[in-house]
Amino acid sequence: MQDVVLAMLAKEPAHGYELRSRMRAALGPLGEAMNAGQIYVTLARLGRAGLVTSERAEGLPDRPDRRVYALTPAGQQRVAGWLAEVSWPKPDLTEFHLKLVAAAAARLADPVALVDAQRREVLRRLRDIQRAALDRSVDPVAGLLLEGVVLRLRADLEWLENCERTWTGRDRTGRKAGA
Amino acid sequence: MTGSPVLQARGLSMLYGDERALVRAVDEVDLEVPAGQSLAVMGPSGCGKSTLLHLLGGLQRPTGGQVWLAGHRIDTMSERDLARLRRDRIGFVFQAFHLMDELTAVENVELAALLAGQSPGRARKRAMYLLDRVGLADRAAHLPSALSGGQRQRVAIARALSNEPLVVLADEPTGNLDSAATLEVLRLFEELHAAGQTLVVVTHDARIAAVADRVIAMRDGAFADDSQLANAATGTGYGGWR
Repeated sequence: MQDVVLAMLAKEPAHGYELRSRMRAALGPLGEAMNAGQIYVTLARLGRAGLVTSERAEGLPDRPDRRVYALTPAGQQRVAGWLAEVSWPKPDLTEFHLKLVAAAAARLADPVALVDAQRREVLRRLRDIQRAALDRSVDPVAGLLLEGVVLRLRADLEWLENCERTWTGRDRTGRKAGA
Repeated sequence: MTGSPVLQARGLSMLYGDERALVRAVDEVDLEVPAGQSLAVMGPSGCGKSTLLHLLGGLQRPTGGQVWLAGHRIDTMSERDLARLRRDRIGFVFQAFHLMDELTAVENVELAALLAGQSPGRARKRAMYLLDRVGLADRAAHLPSALSGGQRQRVAIARALSNEPLVVLADEPTGNLDSAATLEVLRLFEELHAAGQTLVVVTHDARIAAVADRVIAMRDGAFADDSQLANAATGTGYGGWR
């Protein structure tokens, strides 16, 4: 969040609400869940870290939403570093994988039933995102984000299908093998 | 938007081979599809979903069980009656479009109506209306070879609607399409669903779930999971905003 807010400020000094509307526009339907307060909390932290300065507007009460924020030279450096970074979010499947292993080992639950329940949940998310993408009013750039989310969820579903196939053929609680 | 069942199956089975190598492509499936429902049947290739669709649409005869369409039992119908029923009451959409290459888009759409004995004038009018509905009025005179994959599938959907079918049966309709064309087909299905069309789609493509009221997971010829998805608008994203 801090890096994103800094980068959004790189274009020109701005009010917090301008940053927020820039981000919302870029995120499309996924931006609707964004909380206004988060921006100001982040801006305050960035100010304390010396990455952002702010000026109060003339003749108005001194409130975070009245101030104009700008990058400091250190803030600009940090943005340049962030853009050059190649970190990438890792989808963490380990926990679910271990859940299946533990459930089967302790005969606590049928791994295939767990896979089914998980599939319903992933399918529900995919459906919500895909429905958002079906809206013709979604801006093409924001649509790219939705498409990326859809692709990831489809990969998750494919993996769940493989989990199901493997666990179906194994000895497990409650169901007959190889049905 | 659901009502009395349009499509029903009881103990529906399709077995291949003999005792030594018996394949249960469809294994005693029970199904009721209420009017106006959009149903997606999902599963890996080989799970029997295409065979199921063929049995429901009277394209194949089951080795066991029964199929009813709007209260009429179809698995025991004569070949002639079955052909007429498929032409008049069911709309089919296939992965490979199955358009006639030598006919234009509008000729493909009106063909079924002409075969059913409708006047050329009425058939053409309806075909043009349907092409307009799928956003291809300006491509009416094009041959399929001059259309993109997504456009061909939309022509095929218009054709499937020409007889005002009781149900549209689609087999992997987005299987040959890129993501933009898939979005167009999904939008079209969504509009059909909103207009009350009963839809059954068998697919590997989970994106179809976006336009389905109900998703059935099929494996080894049987239903493993049957879930009604709430018609919720956007909400919980994948990761969403942090």
